[in-house]
Amino acid sequence: MKALRIETPEGVVFSLQLATPVLRALAWSVDGAMLIAASVVIGRVSGTFAAIGADWANAIATLLYFVSSMAYGMAFEWYWRGQTLGKRMFGLRVVDAQGLRLRPAQVVLRNLLRSVDFLPGAYLVGATACLLSAKGQRLGDLAANTVVLREAKLLEPDVEHIAPAKYNSLLALPYLAARLRSRVDPDAVRIAVTALALRDGYDPPARVQLFGELAGYFRALVEFPEAAVEGLTDEQYVRSAVRAIYRK
Amino acid sequence: MILDPARFVDMERVYWNELQVILDKLRAEPGWRMSIPEVTRLHYLYERCSADLVRLDTFSTEPLLRAYVESLVSRAYAEIHETRAPSGKVRWRAIVAAFPRAFRRHLGAFRLAVGLTLLGCAFGWFAIRTDPDVKAILMPFPGLLDPPATRVTREESARIDRLHGQKASFSAMLMTHNIQVTMMTLAFGVTWGVGTVILLFYNGVTLGAISADYVGAGYTQFLAGWLLPHGAIEIPAILLGGQAGLVLAGALIGWGERASRADRLRSVARDLLVIGLGAAALLVWAGLVEAFVSQYHQPVLPYGLKIAFGLLELAALSIYLARAGRV
Repeated sequence: MKALRIETPEGVVFSLQLATPVLRALAWSVDGAMLIAASVVIGRVSGTFAAIGADWANAIATLLYFVSSMAYGMAFEWYWRGQTLGKRMFGLRVVDAQGLRLRPAQVVLRNLLRSVDFLPGAYLVGATACLLSAKGQRLGDLAANTVVLREAKLLEPDVEHIAPAKYNSLLALPYLAARLRSRVDPDAVRIAVTALALRDGYDPPARVQLFGELAGYFRALVEFPEAAVEGLTDEQYVRSAVRAIYRK
Repeated sequence: MILDPARFVDMERVYWNELQVILDKLRAEPGWRMSIPEVTRLHYLYERCSADLVRLDTFSTEPLLRAYVESLVSRAYAEIHETRAPSGKVRWRAIVAAFPRAFRRHLGAFRLAVGLTLLGCAFGWFAIRTDPDVKAILMPFPGLLDPPATRVTREESARIDRLHGQKASFSAMLMTHNIQVTMMTLAFGVTWGVGTVILLFYNGVTLGAISADYVGAGYTQFLAGWLLPHGAIEIPAILLGGQAGLVLAGALIGWGERASRADRLRSVARDLLVIGLGAAALLVWAGLVEAFVSQYHQPVLPYGLKIAFGLLELAALSIYLARAGRV
């Protein structure tokens, strides 16, 4: 996954994960569905203006649909700080390419240029630009100097709830536990946390196989003394490893 | 340097949690205006978390912990370093003055847009006068394929209003179509100007071909009476879209500029927005005039009156763009 590296004036360096074209397409499909729903509502609303004449009702429907299709992305991205409904659902956010908050001109410009990115249909130009750009920018993003991020809103899981334990033998060896924390892949931890949270929903053979593979991964990272892991099943080992990683 | 990681996390976690609560509130309540003590506290927490991130980098690689603190710092950074206040009260006087100012700042691009359109006009004129058979290719609407004499006779002798019961929807259709064309002319600037140049030239070709057809057939007065009331606003609006497209292309290409592309785009973004919205506002007016005025000819509306109305609009627009907002 592409990342955007930012260096702040204070000299702090951090990176932001860029959204993949697939995630952006999924978010757009939600927004497209919203626009279709809006057009149905507009059709019904404009029908109520039939009393003043069919001509005016048609005119109002045409204008309302045009304004809603143009303003949907602009209004949501401004009010929700870079998110439309689809982007919010998939954890995406539009930000300034320097990591700053969006300004109105950027929001309007990137949405106006959507018409070019959409050409010749189904966002072919935009998707191609996205794949070729180092920052995953479609042409609208390029002109508005914006990027679409996958929000890195990381929260600590409720370890006490998903992996309860009275005593953690791995934490009794702080240097090895620290080595485990330094070597572990965050994505693997997320998988382990999810597996623990959902463990009661798995078929027994699948549960055994899943925790066997996860325990194998954690065991390969750091070799704890036999005395510390003696009698631990694979699932208990994964639970202890997760607790050690979160220092619980 | 972190001597005791467990103690470091225990000490700092309270600040990370506090920052996270503030950031979550900022996201959940976009209209929240922080007080000075709250802003000060946010800044302190941001600086503290930034320092923690640096210490984590120098100490060791604890990827999960680092990713967590990094996500806090990146979110806080976007809030702290936003120097522009969110849009507040709408000041119409400033908006009305901003459009002509933005137009005048990029006069060279407007002149280029006019030049490209005139070049297209000359091409369309020349094509129709040398080979009338190309009319079928160059005319944008089937209604224009008839000989001018046929159309003029039909519309001048009409006893019924052919737009009766359709004027409002016709007007709305014209507004949305013309705004889309203008926005497309602006947006194609992102193709390094190629698309904008093609659209401006093509519009010119169409205009030149229509003019050659009607002037050649001796219906200059009809042509002026038909086109001027709405064209006096519509054509400049499309040229303004072209101007914005060329400005965008210029910022992307950046000939002779030392600033980075991001800085160049940042410097013109507001002008593009203002010119685009100004052109759209003009096209709302043009759509109304085209449906309610332009389609009615002598004897319903005398040509002299329509031409005078169009020239008056053009003069008013020229004065507005040239003079408004000057200090």
